[in-house]
Amino acid sequence: MNSNTQKIVGGSLLLAALIALPHFLKFHHQDLLIFLTINVLAVSSYRIVTLTGEWSLIHAVMMGVGGYTAALLFKYYEVGMWVTLPMAGILTAAVAALLCFPLFRTTQFYFLIGSFAAGEAIRLIWIQFVFPFGGTGGLSGVEPPMVGEIDFMESIPYYYLALSVVLLCLFILYLIENSRIGLTLHAVHWKAALAESVGVDTWRYRSLAFVIGSFFVGIAGALKVHYLGTITPNQFGVGFMVFILIWVIVGGYNKFYGPILGAVVLTLFDESIRGFAEVRPAIYGAVLILSILFLPLGLESIPSKFKAWSGIGKERDPLSLTDK
Amino acid sequence: MELIFQSLINGLIQGGFFALFAVGLVLIFGVMGVVNFAHGELVMVGAYTVWLLHAQHGLSYFFAIGVAVVLVTLIGLFMERFLFRPTQNDPLAGLICSIGMLFILQVVATLVGGEGPSKQVPPPFHGTWVLFEYLRIPYQRIFSLLISFFALSTLWYFLTRSKLGWALRAVSLDKEASALQGININRISMIAIGIGASLAGLAGALMAPLTNINPHMGHNVIITAFIVTIVGGVGSLSGAVLAAFLYALFHTFVTVYFGGTIATICGLVLMVVVLIVKPTGIMGTRISE
Repeated sequence: MNSNTQKIVGGSLLLAALIALPHFLKFHHQDLLIFLTINVLAVSSYRIVTLTGEWSLIHAVMMGVGGYTAALLFKYYEVGMWVTLPMAGILTAAVAALLCFPLFRTTQFYFLIGSFAAGEAIRLIWIQFVFPFGGTGGLSGVEPPMVGEIDFMESIPYYYLALSVVLLCLFILYLIENSRIGLTLHAVHWKAALAESVGVDTWRYRSLAFVIGSFFVGIAGALKVHYLGTITPNQFGVGFMVFILIWVIVGGYNKFYGPILGAVVLTLFDESIRGFAEVRPAIYGAVLILSILFLPLGLESIPSKFKAWSGIGKERDPLSLTDK
Repeated sequence: MELIFQSLINGLIQGGFFALFAVGLVLIFGVMGVVNFAHGELVMVGAYTVWLLHAQHGLSYFFAIGVAVVLVTLIGLFMERFLFRPTQNDPLAGLICSIGMLFILQVVATLVGGEGPSKQVPPPFHGTWVLFEYLRIPYQRIFSLLISFFALSTLWYFLTRSKLGWALRAVSLDKEASALQGININRISMIAIGIGASLAGLAGALMAPLTNINPHMGHNVIITAFIVTIVGGVGSLSGAVLAAFLYALFHTFVTVYFGGTIATICGLVLMVVVLIVKPTGIMGTRISE
């Protein structure tokens, strides 16, 4: 069996499992599954931003921009989800494009802090201006659509809707990463000076990655607000940003599936420590620290570590960009 | 007129606090190259210690301040040894570790103080100093201002007049060259984070009677510290102190006339503008690549 057939078989099995999954779950777990699906899109879109080596702290707020776009369009213009979803993506991308001008004049530490400040400013604007953003209480009554007989208020239909949107977005993100653009982003990260010397405009590619990532996280935000029906500024605060960071880092950010793995594994882990509600953040913090100290390349590095240790599968990816 | 003078005084006192924790953040970043996201939580731990010892158990305020400073310094030293030193080649890893620490400290504070409303510490100094009939300054605030000035001048004296202070500044300029001169980098890192953490603890202890104490108070502290650090110029201690006082005055006046949220938004926008126009800040000269 060659590797392509393997991929197709594996992919179809996974898809079948994803489709069958909600029917075996209790209501509460169906809820969780939908949030997980949306969060997978959030972390995967974050990955494309980090490909250029810049870690932004504004991604959660960008998700909120998408969510607020969807909520405002729904409430004030009464348009359906088929309009709000793409519009959320486009508007978030537009906000990101505007932010590129100040933010990408900086790099590294300055970018990190600058993006944090810009995000916090946007969030405070939502809090400050009660019209139209609803202040601290946010907006409510944002409902998912009904199509004929199918009521997307129900968990299972909404799950299928979210799953198909997320899978489509992941597919596009995967294509982008493996296209010429994706390779250039890698080049900007690892050999910025060299890339510039052969005519790559690093500013433009950093901005492009940021805009693409924001587009998809905007869609994720819209999916979230349509399911929840409400949106508040605090959903997209530092807390959620930190969760995105944790998922990406614990999963491993060197491979496409790393962040997804991190989101899935940590959500399951989170569910298993539900009983310890009070100390849950501390357990998370400890897991984060331990994984940075002992597994800096994330969960996705475990198989290759195991292979190296046991001596099988010595071949290495000749194009691996991550070996410094 | 009365309002302006009163705000001026309040801004100055606020500036003392801002300077105390911003200087620590700058020191840690300068020497170790790591952004300590848990710095606000160090301030929070300082405030909680005073609440626990002074307000709950009735011990002396000065004793509580001392315990707060020592405790927070120990937490800082622990972070250096077990989080920042193993990850010193990767600044991002250090930042992430400090975020992990932030969560842990918040939970510890919640466990110690319990959920529920913010805690208050009754001011240990009573009375107000009335100046020119209309200007009223509580003794508590005067005490805080004096202590912060004292701590900052001690730090300045240490950094500019002692050999260890020179070594510390040398490391923040060039790590490798200092190591070649025989400076023990790990020891200097310990000292830097020790000073930074103790100042954060002191700031928390001094703020305790003047503010609401809750496990999430560190969030506003770290935002303020970032604004002050960027505006003052990363790596510039005098810039941070100057920016702390300027920003405190700015924030106080905008709060008086337009409200607190607007003041913070203005501060954040100001910081982004400084990043664009003059990324080295008002006093910074060097940008590390």
